[in-house]
Amino acid sequence: MEETTQKMTVAEKISQITRNHLLKNNGLALGQCLTAVGWVGGTIPHLSEKEGLVELSMADVSGGGIAVGAALAGRRPIYIVRYQGFQWYNAASIVNYAAKSKDMWGIPCPIFVRSIAMDGAIGPVASGSHHSIFIRMPGIVVCAPMTPNEYQQVWNYFMEHDDPMYISEHKKSFPIDYDMKDIIKPKADVTIFAISSTRINAIEAVKTLEGNGIVCNLIHLLWLKPFVINKKIIASLNQSRFGGLILDGDFENGALKCLAFDIIQKLTGSGNKFKPIKTLGLEERSAGFAPHLDNLPPTTGKIVKTVEYIINSNGKKN
Amino acid sequence: MRSKSFGEIKNISKHFTKKESLEMFKKMCISRNFEFNTKDAFDKGYIKMPIYLSVGEESVSSAISIAYKKPHIFAQHRCHDIYLAFGGEIVPLIDELLHKPSGIAKGMGGSASIHSPKIGMFGHSGLMGDQIPIAVGYALGSKQKVLAIMGDASAEEDYVISSMGYAASKKLPVLFVCTDNGLSILTKVAVRRNWSMVNVAKAFGMDAVEITDDPWLIMHHVKKLAKNLPSFINIHTTRVLWHNGTGQDSEPEWDRFKIVKEDLKNLGLEKQALKIEQETKEFIDKLWKKQLKK
Ligand SMILES: Cc1ncc(C[n+]2csc(CCOP(=O)(O)OP(=O)(O)O)c2C)c(N)n1
Ligand SMILES: [Mg+2]
Repeated sequence: MEETTQKMTVAEKISQITRNHLLKNNGLALGQCLTAVGWVGGTIPHLSEKEGLVELSMADVSGGGIAVGAALAGRRPIYIVRYQGFQWYNAASIVNYAAKSKDMWGIPCPIFVRSIAMDGAIGPVASGSHHSIFIRMPGIVVCAPMTPNEYQQVWNYFMEHDDPMYISEHKKSFPIDYDMKDIIKPKADVTIFAISSTRINAIEAVKTLEGNGIVCNLIHLLWLKPFVINKKIIASLNQSRFGGLILDGDFENGALKCLAFDIIQKLTGSGNKFKPIKTLGLEERSAGFAPHLDNLPPTTGKIVKTVEYIINSNGKKN
Repeated sequence: MRSKSFGEIKNISKHFTKKESLEMFKKMCISRNFEFNTKDAFDKGYIKMPIYLSVGEESVSSAISIAYKKPHIFAQHRCHDIYLAFGGEIVPLIDELLHKPSGIAKGMGGSASIHSPKIGMFGHSGLMGDQIPIAVGYALGSKQKVLAIMGDASAEEDYVISSMGYAASKKLPVLFVCTDNGLSILTKVAVRRNWSMVNVAKAFGMDAVEITDDPWLIMHHVKKLAKNLPSFINIHTTRVLWHNGTGQDSEPEWDRFKIVKEDLKNLGLEKQALKIEQETKEFIDKLWKKQLKK
């Protein structure tokens, strides 16, 4: 299952995984308009329907169900949803059937949902991440890979387990051909946790803040559900004077608040000092088409300001 | 349009062997007696969950199971009869309804979400009609014969219609069946829509028929439809008892069970039919009694 280790972009990695899955594993890949936008940003191998690349009709609600049926048939389908906003229609069979099948009847339904986000730019079409609607439901694994190695890790998990998986992808990850390492400093002021494309802005923000004399740890969150609060997260927060900040490209009233709450609960009453954790995601409003009315994931500037606010409102750094 | 003779072909029962007719009748008896026992257990308080009984509709699954053998089955909530017609074991279904861990879905499935890998039957999630796209996906993924059963109301779900269209476009091996009791809980079909599913299926280019629930008529058409999948059959039938539970509001529009017994008499099979009816009743009553005592 291990793919070649030569340097490649996330898009190339996804395409390679898909090609191997179809040609070697009797896998299937299904979705709408798979040749569009340069074969979905170069993530789809140029294969035929006979080889397992199946073009679906535009009926989103039944498309999700068809993919679930293919999973029951043992084809481990990759189900491609080109904008995460379309999940409002696609989610039903994924969360209400695939995610329940094992609990209900002991019948696994492994489906690999590739759900693609971008940063705004298409008004109300809900181009941002929508992993929160899946995180709320039991029986599904949710993750947001941004690097080729993370993508491989996520795929390996899929092939070694029989869970349905929601892969919250981001277009900004497609050209990425490098790893993103966590940044852990001995004495940090704030720990930033970042999800999906916000990781790119977070890396920039950490550099800017460092220039302003503020030390930040940065922990990249790949696995969103189950969300494992490991020792690194606890140690980093314990050592961060002013607490934490979680960033996401989904709406603030979603995964962000769940994860923040989970961390706070874990910290509370286990000999750790209480640390406030702030959240920053898409704002609670609809996005418009005009650039000034867009609703974007937190920019580098906004992250910097929020970290400064956390520090200032907690009794300033001296 | 709904009537006990809609689409009737004269003397159609004579086109089938004695064995086929009696096997079909036995399945009807199993299902009917099973449901009456379920009703009894429910009324006596042994069953503490919603139940969806098929009394009055048993000819549909009984006939299909004879004419369309060994499909992968995707049904919805009203499914005891389908499970039994396709050879599902009786005791694990009784246990399921009695909330026992030995039940066919270990108590998770209840009445509405039963499944059986043994007979190729998949469980239902409770979202009406979602079994249809899933059935279509199963046919796409497996290339094997699938039976996709919906109610007349579930048929209205957009995902049912669009996935039927997809099955037609990709020529997938699915027999779509609409068990049309004319009801969505209590709302009659005429209140809900002015179009018919058979026309929808025909518009997708499928072979499609609309008939009453005469089991010989069903077998006749299903055998033909199975030769050119995907195809669709809409069968008018009657739900005798409540949507959920055991009450009865009125007499059904027709009594198919009684009519079938008349037909068997006309075929010269009265004695054999009576014997089957009595023996099946005794057999099922005994099984229920035993499980209730445990
Ligand atoms: C998606 C969805 N919508 C509505 C319901 C509520 N509901 C349960 S059964 C039912 C009627 C189903 O009628 P039909 O499909 O004709 O089957 P029948 O009960 O007549 O056998 C409805 C509306 C549901 N369970 N799922
Ligand atoms: Mg109905």
